[in-house]
Amino acid sequence: MSEHTECCYCAANMDEQAKYEQIAKVIDTYKEKEGSLIMVLHSAQQIYGYLPLELQKFIADRMGLPLSEVYGVVSFYSFFSMTERGRHTIRICLGTACYVRGGKKLVDALEEKLQVKVGGVTADKKFTLEVARCIGACGLAPAIMVDNDVYKTMSPATLDSMLNQY
Amino acid sequence: MLTKINSINDLNQVKATYEAELAQYKHQILLCSGAGCISCDCGKVRDAVVAELEKQGLKDSVKLIETGCIGTCALGPVVLILPERTFYVQITPEKVPALIESHIAKGEIIEKYTFQDKLTGDFIPCIDDIPFFKEQVRIALRNCGAIDYASLEAYIANGGYYAAEKALTTMSPKDVVDEVKASGLRGRGGGGFPTGVKWEAGYNAKGERKFIVCNADEGDPGAFMDRSVIEGDPHNLIEGMILGGYAIGASKGYVYIRAEYPIAVDRLDVAIAQAREAGLLGGKLFGTDFEFDLEIRIGAGAFVCGEETSLMASIEGQRGEPRQKPPFPFQSGLFGCPTIINNVETFANVPAIIKDTAAEFAKVGTEKAKGTKVFALAGDIVNSGIIEVPIGTPMRRIIFDIGGGMIGGREFKAAQVGGPSGGCITKENLDVPMEYDALIALGAMMGSGGLIAMNDETCMVDTARFFMDFIQDESCGKCAACRIGTKRMLEMLIRLTKGKGEPGDVERLLELGKVVKDTAMCGLGQTAPNPIISTISNFRDEYDAHINDRRCPAGVCRALTVFEIDPDACLGCTLCAINCPVNAISGERKSPHYIDPALCIGCGVCRDNCRPNAIHPTKREVL
Repeated sequence: MSEHTECCYCAANMDEQAKYEQIAKVIDTYKEKEGSLIMVLHSAQQIYGYLPLELQKFIADRMGLPLSEVYGVVSFYSFFSMTERGRHTIRICLGTACYVRGGKKLVDALEEKLQVKVGGVTADKKFTLEVARCIGACGLAPAIMVDNDVYKTMSPATLDSMLNQY
Repeated sequence: MLTKINSINDLNQVKATYEAELAQYKHQILLCSGAGCISCDCGKVRDAVVAELEKQGLKDSVKLIETGCIGTCALGPVVLILPERTFYVQITPEKVPALIESHIAKGEIIEKYTFQDKLTGDFIPCIDDIPFFKEQVRIALRNCGAIDYASLEAYIANGGYYAAEKALTTMSPKDVVDEVKASGLRGRGGGGFPTGVKWEAGYNAKGERKFIVCNADEGDPGAFMDRSVIEGDPHNLIEGMILGGYAIGASKGYVYIRAEYPIAVDRLDVAIAQAREAGLLGGKLFGTDFEFDLEIRIGAGAFVCGEETSLMASIEGQRGEPRQKPPFPFQSGLFGCPTIINNVETFANVPAIIKDTAAEFAKVGTEKAKGTKVFALAGDIVNSGIIEVPIGTPMRRIIFDIGGGMIGGREFKAAQVGGPSGGCITKENLDVPMEYDALIALGAMMGSGGLIAMNDETCMVDTARFFMDFIQDESCGKCAACRIGTKRMLEMLIRLTKGKGEPGDVERLLELGKVVKDTAMCGLGQTAPNPIISTISNFRDEYDAHINDRRCPAGVCRALTVFEIDPDACLGCTLCAINCPVNAISGERKSPHYIDPALCIGCGVCRDNCRPNAIHPTKREVL
């Protein structure tokens, strides 16, 4: 049993190191391009899942930037997260069209269903629940975006069939 | 097999080859693969069509083409079959075998799958007879929904890159500036500044390096025009930017796209790679000395980055905070160099202007504003989607003829144009021409083209609160007027919607709104009070009802509302009782129902489900 645990631990560690190496590679490909911090952070978040302070320090060092600048950018943009995220991100659109067509009711229903508040991660780490400021699917309102997929004309009754796909 | 394209002969050859290939097919099936139809699973329809063509032995006579957004987003997935130009809507994989067999094999149109006019109930098989399309004039969207979005050859076959060839080989940069100036094109991102004048400033600016930037940070809630252009016709944007770069003398361009549009990013990325491979980007173009290349920069979810100085900061990899102007971007912009920033739709118009001449372009539109405008129709409207109409088209025609009127035949109350920087147009002003100055005169603005129709179940105080909530959240916080002003306005509006408004609140909102308008640093703050000012001047009675009567006339603000059933109209169908989340509704089947006001939470689910329209909001007596 203890052997098993140790093995897992070491695999996780390896994983972590591999992720850092991958991020280092991304940074190097952007070296020649001016002002590429945001693009690097996008890739880093995709690889690592989120942007903890340790990772921000790593990026700052490797890019030759002060940590304050990296932190300043990460904390400014809503797409960047400093806390661990669920495996999938649910974004309920609350743009005008979706709001007018009942987006708020979807927020209430999903909070209830997933037992998590907007901004939080579900207990099983499966979903991060967020609201979005218009995802540009206004013709399909109210819409929900899970990762990169858009679900159209949703209602509290159709949420289960959406969630079951994950 | 595409070789380098260096001359008009090369373009002609690509065009001829592509046309010859298409001519081999008896039919073309155009399948809309805009973001809207993708979320309606048009991928499964595509697979079904491919399988069915194979099965029925028709794959050599039919070409399947995946296009960008055709426009009718509410009816997806949609399919257009050529040469008959039959338009089929809401196609599912199950409908595909019959469709192929009947239309393609037997030549018989299946009328019940075609577009149905909601007003008359008639089916209209031919796309050119459908009011939604008939009233439109397409310049920026001319290829959108008409060609394979992923094919450079298809773009060239439709006249693409001929404008770039013409400009680079026969016109000087100054000629291009003058042509754009003569066209009367004005910025389509919101401000409406004459594009030619802007480009002239870029042309005259001195600098070792200059940049041309495309603002594709389409953040206004309710707007999805730019997304459709990029997803449906990415090469048109690239060509527009080549022309802009040539005109001002920039050899590098950036496209700043918001992260919420992953499909648009992917498709533009592919198109840029294709153009580079064909020698249309990334080096000297068309055998001239003009070099040009493009790079995509992705936003990270900050609305303020649609403001040009913030956008440049974000491209530079910094916090997207605006700065004072002057210096203007054409003086000192990206990386301190002269920079010209235009919106996606603006660039999308330029190839047509250069190719077909400014005079041709200026035939459409009004005296002071030429060309067309793309609008995104959304909200409580039947045909939500993307349209392009001549500037100056009356709003009534857009909402009722093209848009098909309001869903469920409900009454039109107002349309919000210009997003959170704009204002609302009421039914009294429905005949306003959709044109920059006329809209400003009514306290709204053209904006980027989001048009949200609202019915009589919309509360205007709540709508103002919604926009202020958005702006307050998106305010970057750099200047106090916007950071604190929007917060205080939001607090007042929340109070109103909770029934805690006080006499004088309206005046306080107007006063604070004026201060924020006058003192905020960037466009975001300066226009932030617009929705409040506009709703107050058009719907003052609703504000007064919230404050003085503690009542929400539209029945939206929950704290002020309970619902009641008109016993004479109730059919006793029980739908309301089944759907009530708090079991506040009682009654026997087939006899009038009753809502207990003490239990009712004012959510309105019962009203949404009532078929005879027997449920109405009323004042909540105990707050």
